[in-house]
Amino acid sequence: MRNVWIICRKELGSYFVSPVAYILLIMFGLIFGFFFWNALGAFVFESIQSQMSGRSFPMNLNEWIIRPLLSNVSVIGLFFIPMITMRLFAEEKRTGTIELLVTSPVRDIEIILGKWLASVALYACLLVFTALNFALLFRYGNPDWKPLLVGYLGLLLQAGALLAIGTFISTLTKNQIIAGAVTFGVCLLLWVLEWVSGYETSAWARVLAYMSVITHFESFGKGVLDSKDAVFYITVIFLGLFFTARSMESLRWRS
Amino acid sequence: MINVKDLTKRYARTTAVDHISFEVAQGQIVGFLGPNGAGKTTTMRMLTCFLPPSSGTATVAGFDVLEQPLQVKKRIGYLPETPPIYPEMSTSEYLRFVGKLKGLSGAELDRRVDYVCGRCAVAEVKTKLLGKLSKGYRQRVGLAQAIIHNPDVLILDEPTAGLDPKQINETRDLIKDLAGEHTIILSTHILPEVEQTCQQVIIINRGKLVATDSVRNLQARARGAESVLIEVAGRAEVLDPLMVQRKLEQVPGIARVVAKQEFDSRLVFELETSKGRFVRGDVARAVVESGWDLNELRPAAMSLEEVFLQLTGEDAAKPEETPVEVHA
Repeated sequence: MRNVWIICRKELGSYFVSPVAYILLIMFGLIFGFFFWNALGAFVFESIQSQMSGRSFPMNLNEWIIRPLLSNVSVIGLFFIPMITMRLFAEEKRTGTIELLVTSPVRDIEIILGKWLASVALYACLLVFTALNFALLFRYGNPDWKPLLVGYLGLLLQAGALLAIGTFISTLTKNQIIAGAVTFGVCLLLWVLEWVSGYETSAWARVLAYMSVITHFESFGKGVLDSKDAVFYITVIFLGLFFTARSMESLRWRS
Repeated sequence: MINVKDLTKRYARTTAVDHISFEVAQGQIVGFLGPNGAGKTTTMRMLTCFLPPSSGTATVAGFDVLEQPLQVKKRIGYLPETPPIYPEMSTSEYLRFVGKLKGLSGAELDRRVDYVCGRCAVAEVKTKLLGKLSKGYRQRVGLAQAIIHNPDVLILDEPTAGLDPKQINETRDLIKDLAGEHTIILSTHILPEVEQTCQQVIIINRGKLVATDSVRNLQARARGAESVLIEVAGRAEVLDPLMVQRKLEQVPGIARVVAKQEFDSRLVFELETSKGRFVRGDVARAVVESGWDLNELRPAAMSLEEVFLQLTGEDAAKPEETPVEVHA
Protein backbone atom coordinates (compact mmCIF):
# COMPACT_ATOMS: atom_id res chain seq x y z
CA MET A 1 0.00 0.00 0.00
CA ARG A 2 2.87 2.33 0.84
CA ASN A 3 4.38 1.74 -2.58
CA VAL A 4 1.07 2.54 -4.28
CA TRP A 5 1.09 5.88 -2.51
CA ILE A 6 4.72 6.59 -3.46
CA ILE A 7 4.01 5.94 -7.15
CA CYS A 8 0.75 7.89 -7.03
CA ARG A 9 2.46 10.90 -5.45
CA LYS A 10 5.19 10.81 -8.07
CA GLU A 11 2.66 10.67 -10.91
CA LEU A 12 0.63 13.54 -9.51
CA GLY A 13 3.89 15.41 -9.10
CA SER A 14 4.76 15.02 -12.76
CA TYR A 15 1.23 16.05 -13.81
CA PHE A 16 1.46 19.25 -11.80
CA VAL A 17 5.12 20.07 -12.42
CA SER A 18 4.62 19.98 -16.16
CA PRO A 19 1.96 22.20 -17.74
CA VAL A 20 -0.16 19.12 -18.53
CA ALA A 21 -2.42 19.32 -15.49
CA TYR A 22 -2.89 23.10 -15.70
CA ILE A 23 -3.75 23.06 -19.38
CA LEU A 24 -6.27 20.27 -18.85
CA LEU A 25 -7.77 22.12 -15.88
CA ILE A 26 -8.00 25.43 -17.73
CA MET A 27 -9.50 23.90 -20.86
CA PHE A 28 -11.97 21.87 -18.89
CA GLY A 29 -12.87 24.88 -16.76
CA LEU A 30 -13.51 26.98 -19.85
CA ILE A 31 -15.59 24.34 -21.58
CA PHE A 32 -17.64 23.49 -18.54
CA GLY A 33 -18.03 27.15 -17.66
CA PHE A 34 -19.57 27.73 -21.07
CA PHE A 35 -21.93 24.77 -20.68
CA PHE A 36 -22.96 26.02 -17.26
CA TRP A 37 -23.54 29.57 -18.41
CA ASN A 38 -25.54 28.24 -21.34
CA ALA A 39 -27.70 25.98 -19.19
CA LEU A 40 -28.29 28.78 -16.70
CA GLY A 41 -29.25 31.18 -19.49
CA ALA A 42 -31.72 28.70 -20.93
CA PHE A 43 -33.16 28.10 -17.48
CA VAL A 44 -33.68 31.79 -16.80
CA PHE A 45 -35.17 32.32 -20.26
CA GLU A 46 -37.60 29.44 -19.84
CA SER A 47 -38.69 30.52 -16.38
CA ILE A 48 -39.35 34.10 -17.53
CA GLN A 49 -41.31 32.75 -20.51
CA SER A 50 -43.41 30.52 -18.33
CA GLN A 51 -44.17 33.42 -16.01
CA MET A 52 -45.08 35.75 -18.86
CA SER A 53 -47.41 33.19 -20.37
CA GLY A 54 -49.29 33.31 -17.09
CA ARG A 55 -49.31 29.57 -16.74
CA SER A 56 -46.25 29.43 -14.57
CA PHE A 57 -45.16 25.90 -13.67
CA PRO A 58 -42.51 25.04 -11.09
CA MET A 59 -39.03 24.56 -12.54
CA ASN A 60 -36.55 22.35 -10.79
CA LEU A 61 -32.83 23.21 -10.75
CA ASN A 62 -31.84 19.58 -10.47
CA GLU A 63 -33.88 18.57 -13.43
CA TRP A 64 -33.11 21.59 -15.60
CA ILE A 65 -29.45 22.23 -14.86
CA ILE A 66 -27.66 19.63 -12.77
CA ARG A 67 -28.84 16.52 -14.56
CA PRO A 68 -28.08 17.63 -18.14
CA LEU A 69 -24.80 19.19 -17.06
CA LEU A 70 -23.68 16.01 -15.34
CA SER A 71 -24.27 14.00 -18.49
CA ASN A 72 -22.43 16.72 -20.43
CA VAL A 73 -19.47 16.26 -18.09
CA SER A 74 -19.54 12.54 -18.66
CA VAL A 75 -19.18 13.18 -22.40
CA ILE A 76 -16.57 15.94 -22.10
CA GLY A 77 -14.65 13.53 -19.91
CA LEU A 78 -14.31 11.15 -22.85
CA PHE A 79 -12.18 13.77 -24.58
CA PHE A 80 -10.00 14.52 -21.59
CA ILE A 81 -9.36 10.98 -20.39
CA PRO A 82 -6.95 10.04 -23.23
CA MET A 83 -4.90 13.12 -22.43
CA ILE A 84 -4.65 12.06 -18.81
CA THR A 85 -3.63 8.46 -19.38
CA MET A 86 -1.56 8.58 -22.56
CA ARG A 87 1.74 9.31 -20.86
CA LEU A 88 1.37 6.98 -17.88
CA PHE A 89 3.40 4.08 -19.25
CA ALA A 90 4.29 5.21 -22.77
CA GLU A 91 6.56 7.94 -21.43
CA GLU A 92 8.31 5.63 -18.97
CA LYS A 93 8.91 3.14 -21.75
CA ARG A 94 10.31 5.80 -24.04
CA THR A 95 12.74 7.29 -21.53
CA GLY A 96 13.69 3.94 -20.01
CA THR A 97 12.58 4.87 -16.50
CA ILE A 98 10.31 1.82 -16.60
CA GLU A 99 13.49 -0.16 -15.90
CA LEU A 100 13.89 1.69 -12.64
CA LEU A 101 10.33 0.93 -11.56
CA VAL A 102 10.39 -2.69 -12.58
CA THR A 103 13.77 -3.41 -10.98
CA SER A 104 12.74 -1.80 -7.71
CA PRO A 105 11.34 -4.02 -4.97
CA VAL A 106 7.79 -3.08 -5.90
CA ARG A 107 5.04 -5.31 -7.28
CA ASP A 108 3.68 -4.64 -10.75
CA ILE A 109 0.19 -4.22 -9.38
CA GLU A 110 1.42 -1.51 -7.00
CA ILE A 111 2.89 0.44 -9.91
CA ILE A 112 -0.33 0.06 -11.89
CA LEU A 113 -2.62 1.02 -9.02
CA GLY A 114 -0.46 4.03 -8.16
CA LYS A 115 -0.57 5.33 -11.69
CA TRP A 116 -4.26 4.67 -12.13
CA LEU A 117 -5.13 6.34 -8.83
CA ALA A 118 -3.11 9.39 -9.86
CA SER A 119 -5.11 9.63 -13.08
CA VAL A 120 -8.37 9.32 -11.13
CA ALA A 121 -7.16 12.04 -8.78
CA LEU A 122 -6.43 14.37 -11.69
CA TYR A 123 -9.89 13.71 -13.09
CA ALA A 124 -11.33 14.48 -9.66
CA CYS A 125 -9.51 17.82 -9.83
CA LEU A 126 -11.39 18.54 -13.06
CA LEU A 127 -14.64 17.78 -11.27
CA VAL A 128 -13.77 20.40 -8.65
CA PHE A 129 -14.37 23.03 -11.36
CA THR A 130 -17.87 21.74 -11.89
CA ALA A 131 -18.44 21.79 -8.15
CA LEU A 132 -17.42 25.47 -8.06
CA ASN A 133 -20.07 26.23 -10.68
CA PHE A 134 -22.73 24.16 -8.93
CA ALA A 135 -21.91 25.97 -5.70
CA LEU A 136 -23.44 29.07 -7.29
CA LEU A 137 -26.72 27.20 -7.65
CA PHE A 138 -26.68 26.43 -3.95
CA ARG A 139 -25.92 30.08 -3.18
CA TYR A 140 -28.84 31.49 -5.14
CA GLY A 141 -31.19 28.54 -5.42
CA ASN A 142 -32.23 25.51 -3.53
CA PRO A 143 -31.33 22.37 -5.44
CA ASP A 144 -31.23 18.94 -3.87
CA TRP A 145 -27.65 17.89 -3.06
CA LYS A 146 -28.17 14.14 -2.84
CA PRO A 147 -28.65 13.48 -6.57
CA LEU A 148 -25.61 15.66 -7.22
CA LEU A 149 -23.47 13.49 -4.97
CA VAL A 150 -24.69 10.33 -6.66
CA GLY A 151 -23.95 11.98 -9.99
CA TYR A 152 -20.38 12.69 -8.92
CA LEU A 153 -19.96 9.12 -7.76
CA GLY A 154 -21.17 7.99 -11.17
CA LEU A 155 -18.76 10.33 -12.95
CA LEU A 156 -15.84 9.04 -10.91
CA LEU A 157 -16.78 5.42 -11.55
CA GLN A 158 -17.23 6.02 -15.26
CA ALA A 159 -13.95 7.90 -15.51
CA GLY A 160 -12.25 5.22 -13.43
CA ALA A 161 -13.34 2.62 -15.97
CA LEU A 162 -12.16 4.64 -18.97
CA LEU A 163 -8.92 5.60 -17.21
CA ALA A 164 -8.24 1.92 -16.54
CA ILE A 165 -8.69 1.22 -20.25
CA GLY A 166 -6.43 4.18 -21.07
CA THR A 167 -3.78 2.91 -18.65
CA PHE A 168 -3.85 -0.44 -20.37
CA ILE A 169 -3.48 1.11 -23.81
CA SER A 170 -0.58 3.22 -22.58
CA THR A 171 1.39 0.05 -21.75
CA LEU A 172 1.15 -1.10 -25.35
CA THR A 173 3.32 1.57 -26.95
CA LYS A 174 6.26 3.88 -26.42
CA ASN A 175 4.50 6.64 -28.26
CA GLN A 176 2.22 8.93 -26.27
CA ILE A 177 0.36 10.12 -29.36
CA ILE A 178 -0.50 6.57 -30.38
CA ALA A 179 -1.63 5.76 -26.84
CA GLY A 180 -3.75 8.91 -26.76
CA ALA A 181 -5.30 8.40 -30.18
CA VAL A 182 -6.19 4.76 -29.55
CA THR A 183 -7.63 5.56 -26.14
CA PHE A 184 -9.68 8.35 -27.66
CA GLY A 185 -11.01 6.01 -30.35
CA VAL A 186 -11.95 3.38 -27.79
CA CYS A 187 -13.64 5.95 -25.54
CA LEU A 188 -15.62 7.32 -28.45
CA LEU A 189 -16.70 3.85 -29.57
CA LEU A 190 -17.77 2.91 -26.06
CA TRP A 191 -19.88 6.07 -26.04
CA VAL A 192 -21.70 5.59 -29.35
CA LEU A 193 -22.26 1.84 -28.94
CA GLU A 194 -25.67 2.49 -27.42
CA TRP A 195 -26.88 4.01 -30.70
CA VAL A 196 -27.58 0.53 -32.06
CA SER A 197 -30.38 0.17 -29.53
CA GLY A 198 -32.22 2.90 -31.45
CA TYR A 199 -33.11 0.65 -34.39
CA GLU A 200 -32.12 -2.88 -33.36
CA THR A 201 -33.53 -5.11 -30.67
CA SER A 202 -31.60 -8.31 -31.31
CA ALA A 203 -29.50 -9.86 -28.58
CA TRP A 204 -26.36 -8.53 -30.24
CA ALA A 205 -27.64 -5.01 -30.22
CA ARG A 206 -28.53 -5.32 -26.57
CA VAL A 207 -25.06 -6.60 -25.72
CA LEU A 208 -23.48 -3.71 -27.60
CA ALA A 209 -25.74 -1.19 -25.94
CA TYR A 210 -24.95 -2.73 -22.58
CA MET A 211 -21.23 -2.20 -23.21
CA SER A 212 -21.73 1.49 -23.77
CA VAL A 213 -20.30 3.46 -20.87
CA ILE A 214 -22.85 6.21 -21.30
CA THR A 215 -26.03 4.14 -20.79
CA HIS A 216 -24.79 3.14 -17.37
CA PHE A 217 -24.44 6.74 -16.38
CA GLU A 218 -28.10 7.61 -16.96
CA SER A 219 -29.31 6.35 -13.60
CA PHE A 220 -26.44 8.07 -11.77
CA GLY A 221 -27.30 11.28 -13.58
CA LYS A 222 -30.83 11.07 -12.29
CA GLY A 223 -29.51 10.65 -8.79
CA VAL A 224 -30.38 6.97 -8.61
CA LEU A 225 -27.69 4.70 -7.25
CA ASP A 226 -28.21 1.51 -9.22
CA SER A 227 -25.93 -1.32 -8.12
CA LYS A 228 -26.14 -2.92 -11.57
CA ASP A 229 -24.51 0.11 -13.17
CA ALA A 230 -21.95 0.48 -10.39
CA VAL A 231 -21.02 -3.17 -10.86
CA PHE A 232 -20.57 -2.57 -14.59
CA TYR A 233 -18.06 0.23 -14.00
CA ILE A 234 -16.22 -1.65 -11.29
CA THR A 235 -15.95 -4.67 -13.58
CA VAL A 236 -14.48 -2.53 -16.35
CA ILE A 237 -12.00 -0.99 -13.90
CA PHE A 238 -10.99 -4.43 -12.74
CA LEU A 239 -10.64 -5.74 -16.29
CA GLY A 240 -8.66 -2.70 -17.43
CA LEU A 241 -6.19 -3.00 -14.58
CA PHE A 242 -5.99 -6.76 -15.01
CA PHE A 243 -5.07 -6.37 -18.67
CA THR A 244 -2.54 -3.70 -17.72
CA ALA A 245 -0.88 -6.18 -15.39
CA ARG A 246 -0.85 -8.86 -18.08
CA SER A 247 0.56 -6.38 -20.56
CA MET A 248 3.35 -5.36 -18.18
CA GLU A 249 4.24 -8.97 -17.72
CA SER A 250 4.30 -9.66 -21.44
CA LEU A 251 6.44 -6.57 -21.90
CA ARG A 252 9.18 -8.43 -20.10
CA TRP A 253 8.78 -11.65 -21.98
CA ARG A 254 8.87 -9.84 -25.28
CA SER A 255 11.27 -6.94 -25.04
CA MET B 1 27.32 -13.40 -4.32
CA ILE B 2 26.14 -13.94 -7.83
CA ASN B 3 25.72 -17.37 -9.26
CA VAL B 4 24.71 -17.84 -12.86
CA LYS B 5 24.14 -21.25 -14.35
CA ASP B 6 23.29 -22.06 -17.96
CA LEU B 7 21.44 -18.78 -18.25
CA THR B 8 19.69 -18.53 -21.62
CA LYS B 9 17.46 -15.93 -23.19
CA ARG B 10 15.72 -16.75 -26.43
CA TYR B 11 13.60 -14.42 -28.48
CA ALA B 12 11.36 -15.43 -31.32
CA ARG B 13 14.16 -15.73 -33.84
CA THR B 14 17.39 -15.21 -32.00
CA THR B 15 19.16 -16.43 -28.92
CA ALA B 16 20.48 -13.37 -27.15
CA VAL B 17 22.21 -15.21 -24.34
CA ASP B 18 23.25 -18.80 -24.73
CA HIS B 19 23.97 -21.00 -21.70
CA ILE B 20 26.15 -18.62 -19.77
CA SER B 21 27.57 -19.68 -16.44
CA PHE B 22 29.75 -17.72 -14.08
CA GLU B 23 30.20 -16.81 -10.46
CA VAL B 24 31.09 -13.59 -8.79
CA ALA B 25 32.50 -13.55 -5.28
CA GLN B 26 31.58 -10.95 -2.73
CA GLY B 27 33.33 -7.60 -3.00
CA GLN B 28 34.71 -8.14 -6.48
CA ILE B 29 34.50 -5.84 -9.47
CA VAL B 30 33.74 -7.84 -12.55
CA GLY B 31 33.93 -6.45 -16.04
CA PHE B 32 31.45 -7.74 -18.53
CA LEU B 33 33.18 -7.37 -21.83
CA GLY B 34 31.87 -7.84 -25.32
CA PRO B 35 31.13 -6.06 -28.56
CA ASN B 36 27.83 -4.29 -29.00
CA GLY B 37 24.98 -6.74 -29.26
CA ALA B 38 26.87 -9.52 -27.52
CA GLY B 39 24.18 -10.02 -24.89
CA LYS B 40 25.63 -7.95 -22.05
CA THR B 41 22.53 -5.89 -21.44
CA THR B 42 20.24 -8.90 -21.73
CA THR B 43 22.27 -10.79 -19.14
CA MET B 44 22.22 -7.82 -16.78
CA ARG B 45 18.50 -7.41 -17.25
CA MET B 46 17.99 -11.01 -16.29
CA LEU B 47 20.08 -10.51 -13.15
CA THR B 48 18.02 -7.48 -12.18
CA CYS B 49 14.73 -9.37 -12.73
CA PHE B 50 13.77 -7.04 -15.55
CA LEU B 51 13.71 -9.95 -18.00
CA PRO B 52 12.93 -13.52 -17.05
CA PRO B 53 15.41 -16.09 -18.36
CA SER B 54 14.19 -18.64 -20.92
CA SER B 55 16.13 -21.34 -19.13
CA GLY B 56 18.88 -21.71 -16.59
CA THR B 57 19.11 -20.10 -13.19
CA ALA B 58 20.63 -17.03 -11.65
CA THR B 59 20.85 -16.31 -7.96
CA VAL B 60 21.84 -13.09 -6.27
CA ALA B 61 22.84 -13.32 -2.62
CA GLY B 62 21.23 -16.73 -2.58
CA PHE B 63 17.87 -15.63 -3.98
CA ASP B 64 16.63 -16.88 -7.33
CA VAL B 65 15.68 -14.18 -9.84
CA LEU B 66 12.54 -16.05 -10.90
CA GLU B 67 11.42 -17.42 -7.53
CA GLN B 68 12.11 -14.49 -5.21
CA PRO B 69 12.38 -11.39 -7.39
CA LEU B 70 11.47 -8.97 -4.60
CA GLN B 71 14.30 -10.26 -2.40
CA VAL B 72 16.73 -9.97 -5.32
CA LYS B 73 15.57 -6.48 -6.22
CA LYS B 74 16.09 -5.30 -2.65
CA ARG B 75 19.74 -6.32 -2.86
CA ILE B 76 20.52 -4.92 -6.29
CA GLY B 77 21.31 -1.44 -7.42
CA TYR B 78 20.98 -1.07 -11.16
CA LEU B 79 22.13 1.62 -13.53
CA PRO B 80 20.78 0.96 -17.03
CA GLU B 81 22.57 2.21 -20.11
CA THR B 82 20.67 5.48 -20.07
CA PRO B 83 20.21 6.72 -16.52
CA PRO B 84 16.52 6.25 -15.64
CA ILE B 85 15.82 9.81 -14.59
CA TYR B 86 12.68 11.94 -14.68
CA PRO B 87 13.63 15.25 -16.29
CA GLU B 88 10.95 17.16 -14.41
CA MET B 89 12.29 16.19 -10.97
CA SER B 90 15.11 17.85 -9.09
CA THR B 91 18.07 15.74 -8.02
CA SER B 92 17.03 15.49 -4.38
CA GLU B 93 13.36 14.88 -5.21
CA TYR B 94 14.43 12.10 -7.54
CA LEU B 95 16.80 10.47 -5.05
CA ARG B 96 14.12 10.65 -2.36
CA PHE B 97 11.61 9.04 -4.70
CA VAL B 98 13.98 6.20 -5.59
CA GLY B 99 14.94 5.80 -1.94
CA LYS B 100 11.31 5.41 -0.97
CA LEU B 101 10.75 2.93 -3.78
CA LYS B 102 13.62 0.88 -2.42
CA GLY B 103 12.04 0.88 1.00
CA LEU B 104 13.81 3.70 2.85
CA SER B 105 11.91 6.21 4.95
CA GLY B 106 12.21 8.89 7.59
CA ALA B 107 15.58 9.90 8.98
CA GLU B 108 17.33 7.05 7.24
CA LEU B 109 16.12 8.30 3.88
CA ASP B 110 17.45 11.80 4.58
CA ARG B 111 20.75 10.37 5.72
CA ARG B 112 21.17 8.16 2.65
CA VAL B 113 20.22 10.94 0.24
CA ASP B 114 22.85 13.21 1.79
CA TYR B 115 25.37 10.42 1.78
CA VAL B 116 24.97 9.43 -1.87
CA CYS B 117 24.94 13.08 -2.94
CA GLY B 118 28.32 13.51 -1.31
CA ARG B 119 29.62 10.19 -2.52
CA CYS B 120 28.71 10.75 -6.16
CA ALA B 121 29.55 14.46 -6.12
CA VAL B 122 26.09 15.68 -7.01
CA ALA B 123 25.50 17.72 -3.87
CA GLU B 124 25.95 21.00 -5.75
CA VAL B 125 23.11 20.19 -8.17
CA LYS B 126 20.71 18.95 -5.52
CA THR B 127 18.03 21.50 -6.30
CA LYS B 128 18.50 21.53 -10.08
CA LEU B 129 16.09 19.83 -12.43
CA LEU B 130 17.49 16.60 -13.82
CA GLY B 131 16.46 17.58 -17.34
CA LYS B 132 18.86 20.51 -17.16
CA LEU B 133 21.89 18.54 -16.01
CA SER B 134 24.84 17.62 -18.21
CA LYS B 135 25.39 14.02 -19.27
CA GLY B 136 28.14 13.57 -16.70
CA TYR B 137 25.95 14.74 -13.86
CA ARG B 138 23.06 12.58 -15.02
CA GLN B 139 25.33 9.58 -15.01
CA ARG B 140 26.41 10.36 -11.47
CA VAL B 141 22.83 10.86 -10.36
CA GLY B 142 22.17 7.47 -11.97
CA LEU B 143 24.95 5.97 -9.87
CA ALA B 144 23.65 7.73 -6.79
CA GLN B 145 20.20 6.21 -7.26
CA ALA B 146 21.77 2.77 -7.74
CA ILE B 147 23.55 2.87 -4.37
CA ILE B 148 20.89 4.73 -2.39
CA HIS B 149 19.68 1.65 -0.53
CA ASN B 150 23.20 0.38 0.04
CA PRO B 151 22.72 -2.77 -2.05
CA ASP B 152 24.97 -5.80 -1.87
CA VAL B 153 25.27 -5.92 -5.63
CA LEU B 154 25.70 -3.10 -8.11
CA ILE B 155 24.95 -3.71 -11.77
CA LEU B 156 26.15 -0.97 -14.09
CA ASP B 157 25.42 -1.11 -17.79
CA GLU B 158 28.07 0.83 -19.72
CA PRO B 159 28.52 3.39 -16.97
CA THR B 160 30.96 5.49 -18.98
CA ALA B 161 29.23 5.45 -22.37
CA GLY B 162 28.82 8.88 -23.87
CA LEU B 163 30.96 10.73 -21.34
CA ASP B 164 33.95 12.90 -22.13
CA PRO B 165 37.42 11.66 -21.07
CA LYS B 166 37.48 13.67 -17.86
CA GLN B 167 34.06 12.44 -16.82
CA ILE B 168 35.05 8.90 -17.75
CA ASN B 169 37.98 9.06 -15.37
CA GLU B 170 35.84 10.50 -12.60
CA THR B 171 33.22 7.80 -13.06
CA ARG B 172 35.84 5.06 -13.06
CA ASP B 173 37.39 6.39 -9.90
CA LEU B 174 33.99 6.52 -8.29
CA ILE B 175 33.27 2.93 -9.25
CA LYS B 176 36.61 1.75 -7.92
CA ASP B 177 35.84 3.66 -4.76
CA LEU B 178 32.54 1.88 -4.35
CA ALA B 179 34.12 -1.54 -4.77
CA GLY B 180 34.90 -2.00 -1.11
CA GLU B 181 31.25 -1.95 -0.11
CA HIS B 182 29.52 -3.59 -3.02
CA THR B 183 29.96 -6.44 -5.41
CA ILE B 184 30.00 -4.79 -8.81
CA ILE B 185 29.30 -6.02 -12.31
CA LEU B 186 29.88 -3.47 -15.00
CA SER B 187 29.55 -3.94 -18.70
CA THR B 188 31.63 -2.23 -21.30
CA HIS B 189 33.05 -2.63 -24.75
CA ILE B 190 36.10 -0.55 -23.89
CA LEU B 191 39.09 -2.68 -22.92
CA PRO B 192 41.20 -0.21 -20.98
CA GLU B 193 38.20 0.39 -18.78
CA VAL B 194 38.26 -3.21 -17.65
CA GLU B 195 41.97 -3.01 -17.18
CA GLN B 196 41.67 0.03 -14.97
CA THR B 197 38.68 -0.83 -12.86
CA CYS B 198 38.05 -4.56 -12.71
CA GLN B 199 39.63 -7.55 -11.07
CA GLN B 200 37.84 -10.18 -13.06
CA VAL B 201 36.71 -10.23 -16.68
CA ILE B 202 33.88 -12.09 -18.29
CA ILE B 203 34.04 -11.95 -22.05
CA ILE B 204 30.99 -12.76 -24.08
CA ASN B 205 30.29 -12.65 -27.77
CA ARG B 206 27.12 -13.43 -29.71
CA GLY B 207 25.49 -14.55 -26.49
CA LYS B 208 28.17 -17.10 -25.64
CA LEU B 209 30.69 -17.02 -22.87
CA VAL B 210 34.15 -16.75 -24.41
CA ALA B 211 36.39 -16.49 -21.37
CA THR B 212 36.46 -15.68 -17.73
CA ASP B 213 39.81 -14.70 -16.38
CA SER B 214 41.43 -12.37 -13.96
CA VAL B 215 42.53 -9.07 -15.39
CA ARG B 216 46.09 -9.82 -14.37
CA ASN B 217 46.20 -12.95 -16.50
CA LEU B 218 44.69 -11.15 -19.41
CA GLN B 219 47.22 -8.42 -19.05
CA ALA B 220 50.01 -10.90 -18.74
CA ARG B 221 49.02 -12.38 -22.05
CA ALA B 222 49.18 -8.93 -23.46
CA ARG B 223 52.51 -7.93 -21.97
CA GLY B 224 54.82 -8.89 -24.82
CA ALA B 225 57.60 -11.33 -23.95
CA GLU B 226 55.86 -12.88 -21.00
CA SER B 227 54.77 -15.93 -22.86
CA VAL B 228 56.75 -17.87 -25.43
CA LEU B 229 55.72 -20.70 -27.70
CA ILE B 230 58.39 -23.21 -28.51
CA GLU B 231 58.49 -26.30 -30.70
CA VAL B 232 61.17 -28.83 -30.09
CA ALA B 233 61.98 -31.99 -32.01
CA GLY B 234 64.49 -34.79 -31.49
CA ARG B 235 67.15 -35.36 -34.11
CA ALA B 236 67.06 -39.14 -34.27
CA GLU B 237 65.29 -40.29 -31.12
CA VAL B 238 61.73 -39.72 -29.92
CA LEU B 239 61.82 -37.20 -27.13
CA ASP B 240 60.47 -37.79 -23.66
CA PRO B 241 58.18 -34.82 -23.03
CA LEU B 242 58.84 -34.88 -19.30
CA MET B 243 62.55 -34.69 -19.79
CA VAL B 244 62.26 -31.74 -22.15
CA GLN B 245 59.90 -30.00 -19.80
CA ARG B 246 62.32 -30.41 -16.92
CA LYS B 247 65.16 -29.10 -19.00
CA LEU B 248 63.13 -26.03 -20.00
CA GLU B 249 62.14 -25.38 -16.43
CA GLN B 250 65.79 -25.07 -15.53
CA VAL B 251 66.32 -22.13 -17.85
CA PRO B 252 66.61 -19.05 -15.69
CA GLY B 253 63.63 -16.71 -15.84
CA ILE B 254 61.07 -19.36 -16.75
CA ALA B 255 58.14 -19.38 -14.37
CA ARG B 256 56.06 -22.18 -15.80
CA VAL B 257 56.14 -24.66 -18.65
CA VAL B 258 52.96 -25.99 -20.14
CA ALA B 259 52.93 -28.84 -22.64
CA LYS B 260 50.60 -27.77 -25.40
CA GLN B 261 50.78 -30.33 -28.17
CA GLU B 262 52.59 -33.47 -29.05
CA PHE B 263 53.15 -34.65 -32.61
CA ASP B 264 55.04 -37.85 -33.33
CA SER B 265 58.44 -36.41 -32.56
CA ARG B 266 57.70 -32.75 -32.13
CA LEU B 267 56.67 -31.16 -28.87
CA VAL B 268 55.10 -27.77 -28.37
CA PHE B 269 55.36 -25.95 -25.06
CA GLU B 270 54.17 -22.66 -23.81
CA LEU B 271 56.64 -20.97 -21.51
CA GLU B 272 55.58 -18.34 -19.07
CA THR B 273 58.39 -16.11 -18.03
CA SER B 274 58.75 -14.00 -14.98
CA LYS B 275 57.89 -10.43 -15.56
CA GLY B 276 60.12 -8.37 -17.78
CA ARG B 277 62.67 -11.08 -18.57
CA PHE B 278 63.80 -11.65 -22.06
CA VAL B 279 64.45 -15.37 -22.21
CA ARG B 280 64.25 -16.42 -25.80
CA GLY B 281 68.02 -16.50 -26.27
CA ASP B 282 68.55 -18.65 -23.19
CA VAL B 283 65.77 -21.00 -24.16
CA ALA B 284 67.13 -21.46 -27.65
CA ARG B 285 70.61 -22.13 -26.33
CA ALA B 286 69.31 -24.66 -23.81
CA VAL B 287 67.46 -26.57 -26.51
CA VAL B 288 70.29 -26.59 -28.97
CA GLU B 289 72.88 -27.52 -26.36
CA SER B 290 70.75 -30.53 -25.41
CA GLY B 291 71.11 -31.71 -28.95
CA TRP B 292 67.50 -31.17 -29.98
CA ASP B 293 66.12 -29.28 -32.89
CA LEU B 294 64.52 -25.94 -32.31
CA ASN B 295 61.73 -25.77 -34.90
CA GLU B 296 59.94 -22.73 -33.72
CA LEU B 297 60.30 -20.09 -31.07
CA ARG B 298 57.99 -17.13 -30.96
CA PRO B 299 56.56 -14.81 -28.39
CA ALA B 300 52.86 -15.32 -27.75
CA ALA B 301 52.53 -11.61 -27.42
CA MET B 302 49.20 -9.92 -27.91
CA SER B 303 47.75 -6.62 -27.01
CA LEU B 304 44.61 -6.71 -24.94
CA GLU B 305 42.69 -5.80 -28.06
CA GLU B 306 44.14 -8.78 -29.85
CA VAL B 307 43.41 -11.07 -26.95
CA PHE B 308 39.87 -9.83 -27.04
CA LEU B 309 39.49 -10.14 -30.79
CA GLN B 310 40.99 -13.58 -30.74
CA LEU B 311 38.74 -14.73 -27.94
CA THR B 312 35.64 -13.34 -29.54
CA GLY B 313 36.68 -14.84 -32.88
CA GLU B 314 36.43 -11.64 -34.83
CA ASP B 315 38.68 -12.52 -37.73
CA ALA B 316 38.50 -9.30 -39.64
CA ALA B 317 40.89 -7.47 -37.39
CA LYS B 318 43.12 -10.40 -36.60
CA PRO B 319 46.75 -9.32 -36.45
CA GLU B 320 49.47 -10.72 -38.65
CA GLU B 321 51.13 -13.81 -37.29
CA THR B 322 54.24 -12.80 -35.38
CA PRO B 323 57.25 -13.84 -37.46
CA VAL B 324 59.39 -16.65 -36.16
CA GLU B 325 62.41 -15.44 -34.30
CA VAL B 326 65.25 -17.66 -33.44
CA HIS B 327 68.07 -16.49 -31.29
CA ALA B 328 70.74 -19.08 -31.40
